[in-house]
Amino acid sequence: MGILSFLVLIPTLTIIAILFTNDKKQARLVSAIGTGVQLILAGVLVWMYLTERSAGNTAQMLFTQDIMWYPTFNIHYAVGVDGISVAMIALTAVVLFAGIFASWEVEFLNREFFISLILLSSGVFGFFISLDLFTMFLFYELAVIPMYLLIGIWGTGPKEYSAMKLTLMLMGGSAFLLVGILGIYMNSAAAGQPLTFNLIEIAKISIPIEAQRFFFPLTFIGFGVLGALFPLHTWSPDGHASAPTAVSMLHAGVLMKLGGYGCFRVAMYLMPEAAHEMAWIFIILTTISVVYGAYGAIVQKDLKYINAYSSVSHCGLVIFALLMMNKTAMDGAILQMISHGLMTALFFALIGMIYGRTHTRNIYEMGGLMKVIPFLSVVYVIAGLASLGLPGLSGFVAEMTVFVGAFQHADTFHRVATIIVTTSIVVTAVYILRVVGILLLGPIKNEEFNHFKDAKWFEKLSTITLLLMIAAIGLAPLWLSNMIQHSLIPIIQKLAVTTGI
Amino acid sequence: MLNAGIPMEAFLVVSTLMFFAGVYGFLTRRNLITILMSVELILNSVNINFLVFNRFLFPDKLQGHFFSLFIIAIAAAEAAVAIAIIINIYRHFNTINVEDVDKMRY
Amino acid sequence: MSGFQYVVLIPIIPFLMFLLIGLVGHKMKPALAGLIGTTGLFISTVLSYITAYQYFFVSGKVNGVYEKIIAFNTVWLQLTDKLHIDLGVLIDPISVMMLVVITTVSLMVHIYSNGYMKGERGFQRFFAFLGLFSFSMLGLVLATNIFQMYIFWELVGVSSFLLISFYYDKPSAVAAGKKAFIVTRFADLGFLVGILLLSYYTNTFDFVSLTTPGCPAIVQAAGITFMGISVVTLALVLIFMGGAGKSAMFPLHIWLPDAMEGPTPVSALIHAATMVVAGVYLVARLFPIFALTAPSALTIVAYVGGFTSLFAAVIACTQNDIKRVLAYSTMSQIGYMMLALGVSGYGGEDGLGFMASNFHLFTHAMFKALLFLGAGSIIHAVHSNLMTEMGGLRKYLPITHITFLIACLTIAGVPFLSGFFSKDEILTAAYHHDKILFFVEYAVAGLTAFYMFRLYFNVFWGEDRHYHHTPHESPLIMTLPLMFLAFASIFAGYLPFSELVTSDGAGFESHLEMPIAAASVGIGLLGIFVAWVMYKKPSGAPVKMATTFKHLYKWSYNKFYMDEVYLFVTKKIIFNNISKPVAWFDRHVVDATMNGFAWAANYASFNIRDLQSGQLQKYAFVFISGVVVLVLSFVYFFMN
Repeated sequence: MGILSFLVLIPTLTIIAILFTNDKKQARLVSAIGTGVQLILAGVLVWMYLTERSAGNTAQMLFTQDIMWYPTFNIHYAVGVDGISVAMIALTAVVLFAGIFASWEVEFLNREFFISLILLSSGVFGFFISLDLFTMFLFYELAVIPMYLLIGIWGTGPKEYSAMKLTLMLMGGSAFLLVGILGIYMNSAAAGQPLTFNLIEIAKISIPIEAQRFFFPLTFIGFGVLGALFPLHTWSPDGHASAPTAVSMLHAGVLMKLGGYGCFRVAMYLMPEAAHEMAWIFIILTTISVVYGAYGAIVQKDLKYINAYSSVSHCGLVIFALLMMNKTAMDGAILQMISHGLMTALFFALIGMIYGRTHTRNIYEMGGLMKVIPFLSVVYVIAGLASLGLPGLSGFVAEMTVFVGAFQHADTFHRVATIIVTTSIVVTAVYILRVVGILLLGPIKNEEFNHFKDAKWFEKLSTITLLLMIAAIGLAPLWLSNMIQHSLIPIIQKLAVTTGI
Repeated sequence: MLNAGIPMEAFLVVSTLMFFAGVYGFLTRRNLITILMSVELILNSVNINFLVFNRFLFPDKLQGHFFSLFIIAIAAAEAAVAIAIIINIYRHFNTINVEDVDKMRY
Repeated sequence: MSGFQYVVLIPIIPFLMFLLIGLVGHKMKPALAGLIGTTGLFISTVLSYITAYQYFFVSGKVNGVYEKIIAFNTVWLQLTDKLHIDLGVLIDPISVMMLVVITTVSLMVHIYSNGYMKGERGFQRFFAFLGLFSFSMLGLVLATNIFQMYIFWELVGVSSFLLISFYYDKPSAVAAGKKAFIVTRFADLGFLVGILLLSYYTNTFDFVSLTTPGCPAIVQAAGITFMGISVVTLALVLIFMGGAGKSAMFPLHIWLPDAMEGPTPVSALIHAATMVVAGVYLVARLFPIFALTAPSALTIVAYVGGFTSLFAAVIACTQNDIKRVLAYSTMSQIGYMMLALGVSGYGGEDGLGFMASNFHLFTHAMFKALLFLGAGSIIHAVHSNLMTEMGGLRKYLPITHITFLIACLTIAGVPFLSGFFSKDEILTAAYHHDKILFFVEYAVAGLTAFYMFRLYFNVFWGEDRHYHHTPHESPLIMTLPLMFLAFASIFAGYLPFSELVTSDGAGFESHLEMPIAAASVGIGLLGIFVAWVMYKKPSGAPVKMATTFKHLYKWSYNKFYMDEVYLFVTKKIIFNNISKPVAWFDRHVVDATMNGFAWAANYASFNIRDLQSGQLQKYAFVFISGVVVLVLSFVYFFMN
């Protein structure tokens, strides 16, 4: 059995192990061990990937494995990874690990909570390793559906409403997606070959342009819903605001990346002509997303809403960059996915920890936290600085790569869009500093705050893990960027060849 | 013979009248007993049709007769069951007005 | 090899100090943290003096021209096939000069802070941030490429934010930090777009290739026009916008006066001597492109600089807070430097303005740091920033008094002090290039002398005020840097700048033009004299002046209402007219549409459920009608 299957197997085993635990302490210990092993495995995978590449293996996908699963429709369990999936897997493992520690003190139905969380993550891991569209879709659904329970049961505020909204909108996206995938399947046969769901096989042929025109928007929007494409993003503020800490972390940190990943791996890779034809529509939408999310974040009062809108802005940038369809911009898009995943997970973790102390998320009811909980506050400031693109932290690397890449288009339309998007760096600074100013600095707002205790060990572990990754990418981005750029080559070639560029 | 001068259409007219009388009764009556009686009318109109077609079209066969007998037997059983249900409805709702018995809605 | 590899250590040491003090500082004794930080910077300072000596007097010169030396370079991030961001160390006259300026002032501020910040909460944090700032600023000046400069540019912005908001429980300090960051960030947007534009057409970020005269990439890019303007000009104007933001040029200057909320040593280091001149350094760094391919951009630089220097000098005359007076004075002096660059040509004696600008940058760093540290010493003694609460301090603070006087004389351009030489070079350059700018600067020279001596007489002469306790001279650890800087202020003017720092690396002979020198000394002395008459002894003259020029006074006192304009733009326009509507739109239009779908589905099901009425006869009726319709249609369609 290949290393990749372990990525799905370990979460499954962890879930089974949790079923046999007796109490809260055991359950969280088992979860921590399970996700810790997963994290190590992800690290090993990165290392194996890099050794394999430096040993001269130039195959598009490594560690592939292919098992016939349902012959009637030629559905396989086909897995394999390139640099991009490896990076996303590592991101998922880190966020999951941090998420488990951020929800260390969940009291209510604690075993069920961890089970749902890990189930969700196994869907995510499965999604990133799949090469078969059907299997990919299956894992995708597996990742989306536990979210309903997690928000509906363990959430706060109008949790039923939010859970319902989030799930329905994502299911709506899935419906588009399913049609899109089936459409691709129906057009997937090379001459004399059976229909196939295999991504790599489909990429070798070219789907008729009429079919592309119909199925590209379906697939792209289907994934776009999860990637918070304007105007289909409104599940995000409500959903994030109601979700429990670890779920917000995983959802914003990882799940939203499924959208961006699917957009280029499935929609754009397999249907490049339609992607070129229709890019302008989505460029307009994402340009709006970026600026709109940022402006929307300026006036919010609830910490989670601020972060949710900022996610809309940052995820908009991901899809924007993908649509620029050159190596630099797409590299930037993936860096931005990773960077945003880490940053936003860190933010949600911190918000959860602050909420656990103050029992409010309204920024106007808080102030001067720097004095009482310095550790968390300092980490919050650093996360904020990462978010507004401070050099030395991951956000800067990603944003600059995107901007330089997007600027390689010299026509007026792309230029204008790029410059509009660039202005978001100022607006981002405004909302980040506003929150930092109101929440952390200034005099202490409430006498009770004086009794707060600073971060406990598991909170420190959770935040420091994320922080280290952010700093690592920010300080030495070259290896990651190279890994991604190398893997982008086949996709770029496909995008370029078919349109004669 | 019985049918010497009477054409087949005459029987069919009678049975049609009976059928629609039954349908009309089924749709308009509010009393469950009368509705049951209307159903009996419909069944019997069908019986007539079976017999008539058997007699005029396939005089050497007997299937139509057997069918009628079956229907009569089943109708009797059905009436028994229906009346039992009606009695239970009456016990439960204190009425056998069909409009009041609408628990099985949305 | 060049033998300059050790220069890498100059920025690295402060960074290590930052990490060390930042991570474990709270466990140390404050004095130890201060000592560590100061020692680290001392090593950097020594190294940069060695660098300066080695570069200027030993090995920098090749064929009579100072060369650009890349001592170290490594690819940090590969962007496109041709564009990559490097981190490295570029050594040339201006970067070496800046090394000396930064480390000297930073060291003085480190030493001074050991006394000034004593007993403050967050003493260690202060030194950590100073380390971070020094690292960023040194990285900025050593940048080998424009993107590296942008990276460190952002880092100095953040360090400045952190240091301005140092007293983070004081709302005004927090607001000032935020304002500084956001205004400069806005300017940096221009910088970034300028970089993107320039790099797209030239395919390089590298300073050495960009600034080589006649660089093919630039020449080719200069031919491409956008709306009638060469893209190079456009890019340079945008880049200058970034420089204008950092250097507090009008209209992006509004953050600088507020930034005085930070601790005074910070104002001396960041907001007087180093970070605020980054804009000047940026223009100087790209000077060959400005001068040779985009002279119109250079004209903009000159006029922005000229206008700012006048504007700020006028405001400085009416302010009451001594730090604000100094802040406006800084803006005014940076305006001088910008103007000097703007009126300069390239190469040889044409590059007089370039040389003068850097010369003034150097001398200004010394005397302005001195002024700020002196102001800190005064504030330390009387616990107030306001001139109205000071007077007669010369008796109590003898050392501060003397050093402050030296600085005031220097900035006023009194002969044989350093400010005289550098300012005179600027005036000469302006005179030969543009008469209007010359007269503006000439007037500003007079105003400068006036407001500085207004400050001086108000603080050190006049009557005693009611002090909480008798003011006392600061400890030696604070006065030592004052003395050192006073020494530098006096003698820095004798450095042979025209031999060392020139636009093309080749030295030239500079000489004083007597008429201009005499005129500028004259107006300086006039300013001092007016201030002496008005403020030496309490008199009705200031009030009388204020009432005579009522409107001018009012506008100047209120800083020409620039803050109000900004407040209007940010609060009224951005916050209320963009963000709130966007947030509303999101909730009530986009989200409502989504909820509308849900509502429509709900509404439809609610309505069709009436079909399931529970009425047996209704079902039967529908069924029979259906049968009838089917039969009839069957008959109609198939039986005719």
